[in-house]
Amino acid sequence: MSKSNLLSKRTKQLLSDPLDDNNPITVQVLGICSALAITVQLKPAIVMALSVLVVLSVANVIISLMRKIIPSRIRIIVQLVVVATLVILVDQVLRAFVYDVSKELSVFVGLIITNCIIMGRLEAFGMANGPWDSFMDGLGNSFGYAWILIAVAFFRELLGSGTLFGYPVLESLGIYELGYENNGMMILPPMALITVGVIIWIQRVKNIKLVESK
Amino acid sequence: MDVNKNSNTFAFAAIMVIIVAALLSTAAIELKPFQDRNVELEKKQNILSSVGITIDRDGAENIYDTYIKSELVINVDGEEVEGSAFDVDLGVEMKKDAKSQLLPLFISNVEGVTRYIIPLRGKGLWGPIWGFISLEEDLNSVFGAVFDHSSETPGLGAEINRASFEDPFSGKSIFEGDEFTSIKVIKGGAEEDDMHGVDGISGGTITSDGVSDMLDERLRMYLSYFSTLKPATEVDSVFNKLVSIASVNNSIIN
Repeated sequence: MSKSNLLSKRTKQLLSDPLDDNNPITVQVLGICSALAITVQLKPAIVMALSVLVVLSVANVIISLMRKIIPSRIRIIVQLVVVATLVILVDQVLRAFVYDVSKELSVFVGLIITNCIIMGRLEAFGMANGPWDSFMDGLGNSFGYAWILIAVAFFRELLGSGTLFGYPVLESLGIYELGYENNGMMILPPMALITVGVIIWIQRVKNIKLVESK
Repeated sequence: MDVNKNSNTFAFAAIMVIIVAALLSTAAIELKPFQDRNVELEKKQNILSSVGITIDRDGAENIYDTYIKSELVINVDGEEVEGSAFDVDLGVEMKKDAKSQLLPLFISNVEGVTRYIIPLRGKGLWGPIWGFISLEEDLNSVFGAVFDHSSETPGLGAEINRASFEDPFSGKSIFEGDEFTSIKVIKGGAEEDDMHGVDGISGGTITSDGVSDMLDERLRMYLSYFSTLKPATEVDSVFNKLVSIASVNNSIIN
């Protein structure tokens, strides 16, 4: 592919589609498990989003490079092995050199391997497109995943614990004096599902073409 | 070439497995020394932190020997045994029966005050939890506690390694009179005057219970050793009682 095409209309679309029209969480309803599990606070949500960004874009490129020699009967296994290898490598390197970050990630590392978005993109895109497009697709979908995660975590941490990044925002704004109390429900997984549901609702009100015809 | 032939499928799988295995084992072996070093430094940092010394991981190495005056290994009967307390792996010890377990004990001296630091290890919701609890010289009052975990739920059980959970432990006591009570983590919050209870974590009840069980189980192992130390500290405790009686008297009079 020539350099002038690096940010062609198509590649731009690869980046922007997953943010709204084809969002992995709110439209394709993938990756819900991690969106529920790790959105209690902002910081882990952001770390998770970054890790998925790295793993998804690199794995998409690797699969795309190998797509012509992967036997189709074992392609899912191959994809899984690539993702798992990347995740373990990243985990090992973090543990050796940035121990604090690796502690922050703890259980999420395993969750990345099982994230349906990653397998979904490898199977649906990496297996059929060139490396550059696959890389862009990986980035786009990670951003689409990231903004939902961060939005959900923002509301859950703010309303559930009264903090943002651990900083007591509500207390310093004096909201408690107006009679507000931290909503314990917000830190439990069901409220994550409801928050995602509300985001989907708002998205469909603004973006009519997402609404299925009866 | 038909990539979907059986022979190709097998060849692809075999080569992939060999490459991945080589890659991962090389990474694991090469990075192991760095990872072990991090774990060792963190342990020193945690031990220091339980006696109120906050320092980053790299600094822990330098001042560890300044504050930690002795490291003992004892058994459940309270006798000292041979061994290096720092290298005792509680995860291994706890698989043995109580009689043959090695119990590490660290004794610190910070600005002339002696404190006893007991390593803890137990079960959380998803995996092991561990920590250190430091007792004052009377072997009853808690000076401080630190906890950590490998895989508790972030925002819920994982909160046990936050100061908001750890700080309330200081000042609690593990005995009621002569009876061992340990310290319980109480769902819904401990009473304000409860000397043996601290607040639990909303949404993290199983991890909180794990902390209670861990404290009870581990501290109980040291009771015989404590009783051998007690006579030496008895004078102090009698003296302390006199002081507290005096203050009660004063409050009655006032």
